[in-house]
Amino acid sequence: MKNEYIPQLSRIREVIRHTDLEYTFRMEFKGDVKPGQFFEISIPKFGEAPISVSGIGEDTVDFTIRRVGKVTNEIFENYAGDQFFIRGPYGNGFDLENYRGKELVVIAGGTGLSPVRGVVDHFAHHPEEAVSTTLIAGFKSPKDVLFKDDFAFWKDQISVIQTVDTAPEGYEGPVGMVTKYVPELKFKDLSNAVFICVGPPVMIKFTVMEILKLGVAEENIWVSHERKMCCGLGKCGHCKIGSTYICLDGPVFNYVDGKELMD
Amino acid sequence: MGYQLAKTEAEKLLHQWTRQYDVFAPMRMEGEGCFSDTDIIRYGKVTKLDDIVWDQKSDYSFKEVLLAINETLFYFTEDQTTVPKGPEKDILIFLRSCDLHGVKRLDEIYLRNGFEDFYYGRVRERAKFILMGCPKTCASGFCVSMGTNRCENYDAYLKLDGEWAYLDVRDEELEGFLKCQAGGAEEKPASGRISAAAQLIVTPDFAEENKEKVTLPKHLSNESFTKEIWKEYGSRCIGCGRCNFVCPTCTCFTMQDIFYRDNPKVGERRRVWASCQVDGYTDMAGGHGYRKSQGDRMRFKVMHKIYDYEKRFGYPMCVGCGRCDDVCPEYISYSNCVNRLAKEESEV
Repeated sequence: MKNEYIPQLSRIREVIRHTDLEYTFRMEFKGDVKPGQFFEISIPKFGEAPISVSGIGEDTVDFTIRRVGKVTNEIFENYAGDQFFIRGPYGNGFDLENYRGKELVVIAGGTGLSPVRGVVDHFAHHPEEAVSTTLIAGFKSPKDVLFKDDFAFWKDQISVIQTVDTAPEGYEGPVGMVTKYVPELKFKDLSNAVFICVGPPVMIKFTVMEILKLGVAEENIWVSHERKMCCGLGKCGHCKIGSTYICLDGPVFNYVDGKELMD
Repeated sequence: MGYQLAKTEAEKLLHQWTRQYDVFAPMRMEGEGCFSDTDIIRYGKVTKLDDIVWDQKSDYSFKEVLLAINETLFYFTEDQTTVPKGPEKDILIFLRSCDLHGVKRLDEIYLRNGFEDFYYGRVRERAKFILMGCPKTCASGFCVSMGTNRCENYDAYLKLDGEWAYLDVRDEELEGFLKCQAGGAEEKPASGRISAAAQLIVTPDFAEENKEKVTLPKHLSNESFTKEIWKEYGSRCIGCGRCNFVCPTCTCFTMQDIFYRDNPKVGERRRVWASCQVDGYTDMAGGHGYRKSQGDRMRFKVMHKIYDYEKRFGYPMCVGCGRCDDVCPEYISYSNCVNRLAKEESEV
């Protein structure tokens, strides 16, 4: 029987600083990974934290980590030239097949962009695979913007609305919640439009309300949930909602199932 | 096959079992109860039949034998991890019918839901179960309502009656200890020789009626979230989590890393039992959590036991042992709560 709890050491190849609080760690990993899946990342003594994959390389995976807790604090303090323990990938992830040949709209709030970055990046590199790709990404303020280099590339390949909740005077660029930009979306054929919505629970709730107002069918919307997960293996119980284990059945859900997930 | 033998001979049999097995059974831990001068009945390693508490339900279930309250998953020294050794002996667990049904629930989560759990698996595959009968119902159990009062899948049944012991042994290995002693050709070491085991039909005592009767509500859904009943229980519950810890079917744990004071480079990763009723259960890094009120947590627990689990696995989780009702310091009765939910439905 395989012992899934034993993590493997993974060397940090590169650290990309987005903001003071958010870095992307490019870690060595060989194996199949899908965007939207997650790993348990740990530093002995400080514990494990579930972190979603924000990028997939040939023998690397990226984790965009926000410094908010015990484990992530330590990750930030001790990363220099170092290594972490990782185990995974866990969860279902996004299935690109659902979005090929469609008018894809990805709506992300803050670090919610991490799990879906792989999807956006795929269609930015292969725009011909979708009828159109639109990204609406919201951040708290201009200094909280993540993946700036990616945005520079994406803007030439797909349509991008990068907005901030609040901005200092003189800021040029979209301001306001992501929900503000949903009604302005234009489609060739609304029935061929698909949506991915990832972010904090409140953001998901209100964004999905706006999407539904457009007349989009529930089955054309996907959401990704975040929860406390101690094991990622369907055992510890912390991520359970109703009869669903987010770590096993999710974290990505079609909204037909996702809407039933109530705490 | 059924056997009747003198209690003294059954004692020898237990002694022989202890050579191969660590035998766990409910024991009276004197003075270790919650309040001063009270005892507690919980699982421990026994060597004599009289160590076992036969006439009372254990306050805590057998589950701590299969799933330690606090289990080291591995030790770490800088880059290395070392997995602690598994059990050195096979394991025999004395338990009652409701708890044997509980084993099925633990197996469901730990062996089948998603990944197979290494630590549970290595203990479980060495465990056998000896059924203790219930000649009469316990005070708070409602096993009959839950359909867990009877069971078939025990490895052996053992009953003491005065100076006699009655056994129904289904497991070949356990039976081997008896057969060769009962006049068979092969003999175990003579010192432990068991004599005069008469073969007969032994049927376990099962509780056929409980004082507590529970009707499961049939129409729970997300709409049940708004019921007033949760607020009421929420106002009484103090979130101590005891109901989870005594439950033979609760399986949640939290990861915990510790390191040694003398050498902070060395430490261990553990998992410890967790409770969905206690603060912090759903809290993520950054502080965001779900189900903040005790009422929501009570609703989550009750619906898990009688609705959500069944939706996923096809049968209810609760086995009706009644321990949660016994242990609650606020006298919250889960069984009464379930009955009230069913009653509310019938009144609509």
